[in-house]
Amino acid sequence: MSSIRETSSAPGLALFAAAIVAAPFLLPDYYQSVLIVAGLFAILSMGLNLLMGYAGQISLGHAAFYGLSAYASGILTTTFHWPVPAGIAAGVVLSGVTAALIGIPTLKLKGHYLAMGTLGFGVIVYIVFNEAVALTAGPSGLTGIPRLSAFGKIFSTDREYYFVVWGTVFLLFVLARNLVRSRMGRALRAIHTSESAASVLGIDVARYKAFVFVLSAVYAGIAGALYAHFVTFISPGSFSFHASTQVVTMVVLGGMASLWGAVAGAVFLTVLPEWLRAIEDYDILVYGAILVLTMRFLPGGLAEGVERVLSALASIFRGKAKASGGEGKKP
Amino acid sequence: MTGRASYFSGEGITLRFGGVTALRDVAFSVSEGTVHAMIGPNGAGKTSLFNVITGLYAPDSGTVRFAGASLSGLPPHAVAQAGIVRTFQNLEIFTNMTVLENVLTGAHLSAKYGPFDFFLRTPRYFREERRLREEALAELSFVGLEGDASLPAAQLPFGSQRMLEIARALAAHPRLLLLDEPAAGLNIRETSALGELIRKIVARGVTVVMVEHDMALVMDISDRVTVLNYGEVLADGTPAEVQRNPAVVAAYLGEED
Repeated sequence: MSSIRETSSAPGLALFAAAIVAAPFLLPDYYQSVLIVAGLFAILSMGLNLLMGYAGQISLGHAAFYGLSAYASGILTTTFHWPVPAGIAAGVVLSGVTAALIGIPTLKLKGHYLAMGTLGFGVIVYIVFNEAVALTAGPSGLTGIPRLSAFGKIFSTDREYYFVVWGTVFLLFVLARNLVRSRMGRALRAIHTSESAASVLGIDVARYKAFVFVLSAVYAGIAGALYAHFVTFISPGSFSFHASTQVVTMVVLGGMASLWGAVAGAVFLTVLPEWLRAIEDYDILVYGAILVLTMRFLPGGLAEGVERVLSALASIFRGKAKASGGEGKKP
Repeated sequence: MTGRASYFSGEGITLRFGGVTALRDVAFSVSEGTVHAMIGPNGAGKTSLFNVITGLYAPDSGTVRFAGASLSGLPPHAVAQAGIVRTFQNLEIFTNMTVLENVLTGAHLSAKYGPFDFFLRTPRYFREERRLREEALAELSFVGLEGDASLPAAQLPFGSQRMLEIARALAAHPRLLLLDEPAAGLNIRETSALGELIRKIVARGVTVVMVEHDMALVMDISDRVTVLNYGEVLADGTPAEVQRNPAVVAAYLGEED
C-alpha cells in the first residue's frame, strides 16, 4: 500500500500546488481565514505524523511545542520589540531544543507510558502559560502581537497570509516527503515495527527517535509562531490538552504514515465544524458520527480516499497508457 | 581453543535473569570463513547467547571478541557497524513495508548520504538510492525472491519471509552472519535449498554462525559445532566428533540405564 502511495507523488504534488493557488480565488473570502487555520493544523499534523504514523511514537503533548513557539515569538516581538522573523526563529528553536531535552528521557518509554509522559509534559507547559503571568499575561492572554512582516512587507490581508501559510505547508510537505523516502524514512518505519530488528541492522534507534521527535516539534513550532502572528492574540486555551488530542485525531483520521492524510485530516476537521454551524444544536452529534463512519469505512484514513481519487485522476490523465513506470514497481 | 587468537570468540559469558542462570561461563571460538553451529535442547541458552553477542542483552560477565576487538558494552547498532548482523528465530520482518523496502532498510549502513542530501535531493541522494536499489534487487535474487520485490512483505509465505530476513541481513554487508534457527518451519525441500544458500554465503567470504535444531542440516554444512545444555558448553568439535560424544548423546536421548 505504502509503495503505491510513495510512487505517485509527482503528479500529486503538482495538483496540490495548483489547489493551493486556486483555492482563495474559488472560495468565498470567509474561507481564507478558515484555510489559514487549516494550514497551521496541517503543519502540526504532518510533524506529528512523522513521529506517530511513521516512527510509531505517540505524543499527547504536541500542543506544548505549538504553544511554546507561539508564546516565545509573541513575547519577544511584543514585550521586547524583536523583529517578527527573529521572534519566529527563536520560537522554533525553543520548541526544538525543548523537544531534545524532553525527548531524551521520555522516548525511553513505550506505548501507554510514552503517551502518559508526553501528556504530563503538555499539562505542565499549559500550567506555565497560565501561571507565568509576568511573561505570558496568564489566562487573560497576550495581546497586541504584531502581524507577520518580513523584508519591509507586512502580510496584513488574509489572502497574503494564506499564501504565507500554505506556501510553508507545501515546503514542509516536500521536505517531509523527501525524508520519508530516504534511508531515515525507512529507519523510522523499521523502528515502528521492530526496534530490535532495526537496531541489529545498524539503526541507532534512540538517536533516530530523538531526531524525529525534535523535527516534529520544529514543525509544531513553525505552526505556533505563524499562528501567533496571524491572530495577534494568544491565550493558554489554544494550547491545552484538547488541542493535542485534536492533532492526534487529524493524524489518525487522515491516515497514519501518510503525509497526504495529515493534510487531508487537518483540512477536513477544520472545515467540518464550519459547515456544521448551520445545524448548531446537533453539530457535535453529527461531527462524532462523521468521525465514526470515516474510521469504519476508511480504516486507512482519508488518505485512502485521497489516494483513490488521485489514482483515478492520474489514470484519466495518462489515458490508456497502463499504470507503469513507477518506482518500486517491477513486475 | 587452539593457542592462536581466533576470528570470533567468547569467553566466560554468564547471563542471569533474576535467579535463573541462562548462560554459565560459556566459551566458543569461530574461525574466519567457516560455518559454526550452536546446538542444544530447547532452553539451552542458544538464542540468549545470540542476544548477548548482538548487544540486545548485557551479560553479567564475560567478553565477546570479533576480529581482534572486544564487543563488550556495545549497543546493537554498533555491533552491526562492526560487521555482525543477525536474523531472528521468530521472524522480525518489517510488515509495514514491501519486500524491496525491507532489504533497502538492511542496507541502512551502506547508504552514504546524510540529511542534507535527502532533504534537498542532491545528486548523491539519487546516485546512492539507485545503487542501493540495485544491490537490494541483487540480494533478493541471491535468495530467490527476485519476483516478489514489490509485494507487501506481510504477504510472503513463511518460508519466503525467512529468505527475506537473510537477504535483509546480507544487504548490511556483514562479515559475520548470525542465523537463529533458519530452518525452523521450513519443509525438506526448503531446508536443502537453505543449506545451499548458506554455502553460497560462505563462498562470498562471510563467516556464518547458526543456531539450529535440524541435525541433518547442521551435520551437513557445519565445520564446527558447539553444544550447549542448561546454559553451559557441553561439547565442541567437528560434527563427527560431537556426534560420537557420549555426553551429547545423553543430553539429546537421555541416559542409558
